[in-house]
This record gives sequence, structure tokens and C-alpha cells, in this order.
Amino acid sequence: MKILVCINNVPDTTTKVKFIDKKVFDTAGVQWIINPWDELALTRAIEIKEAQAASVEKITVINVGLADSESTIRKALAIGADDGVRINYDAKDSYAVAFQLAEYIKKENYEIIMCGTESSDYNGAVVGGMLSEILGIPSVSSVSFLDIVEGKVIVKREIDGGQETIEAHTPFVAIVQKGIANEPKIPSMRGIMTSRSKQLQVLEAFPTEVFTEFVEYELPKPKAGCKKIDAENVKELIHLLHTEAKVI
Amino acid sequence: MSVIVYTENWDGKFKKLSFELVSYAKDVAKKLNTSLIALSIGNVAEDELKKLSNYGAVKVISVNENKLKDLDNQAYTSVIAEVAAKENANAIIFAHNNTGKAIAPRLSVRLKAGLVTAVVSSPITTEPFMVTKKVFTSKAFANITIKTPIKILSLMQNAFGLIEAAEAFVLEQYSPALGDEMKTEVIDVKKVSGKILLTDADIVVSGGRGMKGPENWGSIEELAQLLGAGTACSRPVSDEHWRTHEEHVGQTGKVIAPTLYIACGISGAIQHLGGISSSKCIVAINKDPEAPIFEAADYGIVGDVMKVLPEMISAVKELKGI
Repeated sequence: MKILVCINNVPDTTTKVKFIDKKVFDTAGVQWIINPWDELALTRAIEIKEAQAASVEKITVINVGLADSESTIRKALAIGADDGVRINYDAKDSYAVAFQLAEYIKKENYEIIMCGTESSDYNGAVVGGMLSEILGIPSVSSVSFLDIVEGKVIVKREIDGGQETIEAHTPFVAIVQKGIANEPKIPSMRGIMTSRSKQLQVLEAFPTEVFTEFVEYELPKPKAGCKKIDAENVKELIHLLHTEAKVI
Repeated sequence: MSVIVYTENWDGKFKKLSFELVSYAKDVAKKLNTSLIALSIGNVAEDELKKLSNYGAVKVISVNENKLKDLDNQAYTSVIAEVAAKENANAIIFAHNNTGKAIAPRLSVRLKAGLVTAVVSSPITTEPFMVTKKVFTSKAFANITIKTPIKILSLMQNAFGLIEAAEAFVLEQYSPALGDEMKTEVIDVKKVSGKILLTDADIVVSGGRGMKGPENWGSIEELAQLLGAGTACSRPVSDEHWRTHEEHVGQTGKVIAPTLYIACGISGAIQHLGGISSSKCIVAINKDPEAPIFEAADYGIVGDVMKVLPEMISAVKELKGI
């Protein structure tokens, strides 16, 4: 089987978020990483390939973004993806991103397409679902386990209060979340060396429509501050939660 | 024209967030000068369905088909698309949770309807149709406009609250035309019933590394039980397998927005705060006065959580007269 992992290039999760005139995310000093859920998806894909080389022919990573996301794609190649694709498009709208991915996938034949459940920048949680609908193929969301067992793809989906085990018919989109892999894989020195010679194909963007438009950013209002209660007076805390905050 | 709100039940009872969604959808319907229809998929009794009219639904459509007992993303999308067409919907509202994330994006493509997820506001304007959404894991918000005639929104839990607006109860049982869309096959289900769902809990008691070990979780569970709360934990705790990863709240775990979040022995790494910062009220107990959790908290006790928790339990018991 061929696996495609969709990766997004996002600011490091510890980034202090700032904006220029409410309109532009200030990228000064920002470290860029593979979106954490996408990184877990990639890690799981590589784990499966390492465990059963015969089942996985190739792992491709794909990103919709501008040239500055290439170092993130290279990192994915260093971790263990076989080749990379970048669609040169300044992503602003989730549908437009899903459309770019779909246009690429239509021409290829990947059995398993993996997406992280959301990206840590715009928190949309939509690209995987939209992509599968554009392609007209099944999607399984909230996936916390994926494996290939005797040629069948078995996934587990988190549901309210439990878990379902599902046999997915390929091709399909697995929208993955925490649990899919334990720790993201760290690139080895050899991985970093070989990543330089792996193929990174750059494609021009496909013409698309957009459904939504960004207007401006706002920062949350600062908190009023924490009311400290003496450790010897725990009763006072419960009293305040009851009478002042009115939450218990 | 109409607004449709997709409501969710758990074991035949509506989740609290469903009533919040109906309240929110009613507000959207008013702003669009149209009426609100609530849609329920699953086996829900009539007296339970009636509750949806208490929050402003002028009609409740109930779809109860055995074929839909498992959430199949495509089949559910087809059913909702069919109801949306039948009712000439110009807005469809979901919760921003696992179900909303599974269906809303597909429906968006199916209906060519712009989707904004993780919404935290009512429409600010309707022409153009603009709402505020959470971005950068609650570190910021963005105002977004939807350019398509049909709008789809998914609402963050606790972003709007409950507003009662009783309407006469009108129920329509509806049988959608189900094709062979069931393309995924559920082969096994493991599910507990009766437990308080973390993502639907009003109060959450959560433990971090400061709890020292899994053997000390008894007091967290006791406090949670007294408060009718769900239990949660920080990432190191689930990584160490002290608790299951289903309890992990934080950026890569579950993102929750309860009315009250009690953080016991959690330092408050930025990734953890991303998962809880939309909570209405945050209480922090930590022995380190410099712990970042206190910056996010409304109330705090600097002290040993092992000593403070038992005292909280007795104070709550006293308050409740137990």
C-alpha cells in the first residue's frame, strides 16, 4: 500500500502569538514545526513500514504552502518519509487547501491518506473531512490506532465513553489524533543526511474557489488575576466558589 | 429558509451541549429572521426530544434508523444534507467536538457551504456573515466571514450558554433515503455507560505530576464524585500511564471548556493551558507559587495538593450537608 501523510507547517506550540495591525501574524522569531498531530500520523506510518516492509510500498508527505515550509518537509523526510510534495499555494481557507490536496491525490493512487485531526495554528479540524468528501471516499475521524493486518486496514476510533474498531475500505482518509503513536520520531543523523537526496516535488497551485475570508485577529482579554487563598483556609475557597463564582 | 441545529445524545439523553447549541442556533435564526429546526439522529424518546423545544426549536426532526447506530461520516452527511435541502436551510449548526469534526467538513463540501469551526461568538454581522473563532489553540481569536449562501458553524462548548425560549413542541419523525453509503464497517465497540463524559462535564477535576502517583487518585475521584464532575489529567500523567490517555486534556489531548476546572498539582505548561483556557473558572492548587497555572487561574492555593485535596473534600461535604 502507498501512504500519503498531509503535513502542515505551524509555529512551535510555545510561540507567543503576536499580530501586526490585527491583520498579519507576526512571524519574527517564530520556530516552525510539523503540526503535532501530523507528526504523530507520520510517525505511525513509519512504524508500520518498519514493522512490515512488504505491506507499505511508499510513504509520501504533502504540504500546501509557500517555499518557507520546505524545511519542515525536509524534516519529515529526515524522520523517514520516502518523498515529499509541496503545492505552492498561500493557504488562507480550509476548503482551498483540501481542494489542492484532492487535485493531487486524484492523479495518484494512495490507499491510506492520513491527516492530523487539526492544525495548531488555525484549529480548523476540517481539511481531512473536506478532502475525503471532494474525493468521494470514506473518512474515519478521531482515529487513535491504525494498522495493516493481513492486507486489511484496521483502525480504532474514539467515541463518547469508548472506542470502536473499524475495518476501513481503501482508499480512505484517516483523521488521526493522540494515541496513534506514542512519541514523535526524532530524525537520526543518517535520516538527516539521506533526506537531502530525497525527492521534493513542487507543484503549481490548482485554481480554486474559497468559501471563507479572514478579517482580523484579536487577542484574548487579560485575566483579572488569580485570587490567592491561604492553604490553611481551604474552606474559604469552597465558600468563594459557591457564593462569588457561583460554580458549585 | 431555516436554521438547522444538529443535536447529540448519549444513550438516549441529550448532552448538555446540545441544549447550548439549540440556544445558540436560536440566536442565529433570530439574526437571520428565520425559524429554528432541531435535528436528532438516534433512538431518543419523545419526552426527551420535547426538551429541544424549550430552547427555541419550532420543530424537532427525529431520525431513528438502525442503519445509523454507528457514526458513519458519509451516511450522516447524506442524512443532514437531505434534511437541509428539505427545510431549505441557510445555516447549519454543529458542536465543535468529535461528531461535528467528523460531519461538518463533509457537509461543507457537499452543500458548497462555507464552514467556520471552533466558533466562540454569535454572528457579529449577517451581511457579510461574520463570526469569531478560536485560533492558535486559544491564544488568539480571528473574525472570519462566510461568503457562500449557506453557512455552517461549529460552536465551542460553553461559548454561549443556555437560554430558555419555549416553543410549542412539534415533532416530525423522518426516514431519510439511505443508500449504500455505509462504507466503513464497525467490527467491535467498547463503551462504558453512565460515566460523566469529560467533554460534556460541567465541572472537571484534573491531576498532574504533583499527585505523585496513580495510587493517589482516590481523592481526585472522590472530589469529582461529590461535585458531579468528570476527571482529567495532564500530559505527563497519561504518558506515564498513571491515567488513560482519554483523560489527557491539553493541546494534543482533549480541549475542554467546563464551567469549573480544578487543577491539582498541574504546573500549567502552555500546551496544557491551550486545552483548558476557555473554562469559565479555573482553580489551581500547586506548591510552586511561580507555576504558570496561577496566571491562568481565577482562584489559587499555594500548597501541598495532598493536604489541600482532603480539606476541599470535607469543605464540599459540609457545603452539601453530607
